[in-house]
Amino acid sequence: MSVKIGVPSKGRLMEKTFDWFAERGITMKRTGAEREYSGAVEGIEGVSLVLLSASEIPRELAAGRIHLGVTGTDLVREKLADWRAQVEELAPMGFGHADLIIAVPECWVDVETLDDLDATAAAFRADHGFRLRIATKYHRLVRDFLRSHGVADYQLVDSQGATEGTIRNLTAEAVADITSTGETLRANHLKILDAEPVLRSQATLFASRAAQLDAAEAAAMTTLRARLA
Amino acid sequence: MTIHTPAARAEGARLFGAFQTWGAVPVEAAVLQPAETLLDLYGEDIRARAYVTQDPVQGEMMLRPDFTVPVVQAHMAGGAEPARYCYLGEVFRKQEGGASRASEYLQVGYEVFDRDQPLRADAEVFALFSRMLAGKGLRAATGDIGLLIAAVQGLPTSDTRKAALMRHLWRPARFRALLERYAGRAPLPKGRADLLARLAAGDRIASAAPQIGLRTRDEIDARLTRLAEDAATPPIPAALVDGLEFLTRVADKAPGALAQMRSLTIQMPWLAPSLDLFEQRLAVLAAHGVDVAGLDFEASYGRTTLEYYDGFVFGFYAEARPDLPPVASGGRYDALTSVLGQGRSIPAVGGVIRPALLVELGDAA
Repeated sequence: MSVKIGVPSKGRLMEKTFDWFAERGITMKRTGAEREYSGAVEGIEGVSLVLLSASEIPRELAAGRIHLGVTGTDLVREKLADWRAQVEELAPMGFGHADLIIAVPECWVDVETLDDLDATAAAFRADHGFRLRIATKYHRLVRDFLRSHGVADYQLVDSQGATEGTIRNLTAEAVADITSTGETLRANHLKILDAEPVLRSQATLFASRAAQLDAAEAAAMTTLRARLA
Repeated sequence: MTIHTPAARAEGARLFGAFQTWGAVPVEAAVLQPAETLLDLYGEDIRARAYVTQDPVQGEMMLRPDFTVPVVQAHMAGGAEPARYCYLGEVFRKQEGGASRASEYLQVGYEVFDRDQPLRADAEVFALFSRMLAGKGLRAATGDIGLLIAAVQGLPTSDTRKAALMRHLWRPARFRALLERYAGRAPLPKGRADLLARLAAGDRIASAAPQIGLRTRDEIDARLTRLAEDAATPPIPAALVDGLEFLTRVADKAPGALAQMRSLTIQMPWLAPSLDLFEQRLAVLAAHGVDVAGLDFEASYGRTTLEYYDGFVFGFYAEARPDLPPVASGGRYDALTSVLGQGRSIPAVGGVIRPALLVELGDAA
């Protein structure tokens, strides 16, 4: 068998990943028909490419079905409990930068900081009879962040897409989402809280701690890691 | 995954029987509890600790993270007073930081609902637990959240500030940050000074952005008013804030702790009635056979638990096994009964023991 590298299967993230490996003398390319998810690796022996959705790569790494994987730090930390025990962070790749931030309506002129958010959550609960709703798909990260900053009286509501629209649709009062330029937030009349982001994420190469290596794979892995160092 | 060993079950059954001999009525509680009740009580953090599952009809449910809530609900729905209850069963807690701690374990517990003699009930529960756990090499830790509550309630400051401090009593870092700000010793949050200056100048702080979402402009205006009022509130005198912070750090044998806290009443005379109660409780504990001279007291004990304790609190720890969670814990939770009682309330105190830990300690001894 060979060392399996999981790479995002489409878009800029895939292209940038291919470029990053190419700079290190490893050529990755898609093979087969245009819509077929198969790929090949050239320039190094015993390494194969697995094209996957970026959001599934953390799970595949944790299960040890791939040896290496490229995905965002946000996805690894959200999806894997005790992530350091499951994967090793090999190299930040310098692209795919995005911050996980908390945003509120721009019309909330009284809210700039987490402190304000906390006070507002208390008043909102008293006025409306339920806890202030924050729409997100990053439940673990946002909950840990808000707990460590002592914010109370909120609830997380799940939003897997178009999160910025939830406030206008009255299904949430605030959002926690990934943004790189903030353009979508501004277009939806939201502003980012003045605080450190919940997480600064970028595309990162991870190694699985669970994946087994036979002798040939171990040799290929050593060569590969030397090339990437 | 952990399973209950026959020895743990037997130990649980033995303690359960002992509580019944003491006069407690055995009660059952469903393993599946409505998530909404627990979320409203404990906030979103409980999701990180309890297992959530979905029922097609009843909606979101949680695997019972403790017995206190269902037992209080059952009592408030029509229990006679005074009442003593006991229970034995599994509780479920997620353990994210690794698998070394059990995520499913037996708890055997004892709860007292008694309106007339709360100090006696505190002493009864603690003394009973002490006797049942005697000879296991356990150290008891005690605290009294009621003292902290009294200290805050007596502060010469606005009700808004007291309410904010009370809300964060169980989040010590946040509590301290608020206190420092109210003393005028910490900087204002970013942007606040500018906002306050504009408010003082009569600016209504309009926004060019559309008003979206459920939170109305009236609510925003109400908060702006509160911010302006708060800015006009004089700082809490530094000596009082220092006194309160000193109180949160008191940790000594009970008589020494009492003496330290008595010294605070020069600045904070409103603490005296609570300290009198504390002293009376020590006397009642002594009458119940507790060695109060050797009893550890920490004023902040019980502030970081997920529980809803608001008075006397205690825990029993295995001295030789600092890796283990407390073998037993408990305390007074009067406020919880009023939250769950929809207008009614009753003073309540109780505690739980983890029989599997007792068995583990027995094996090691």
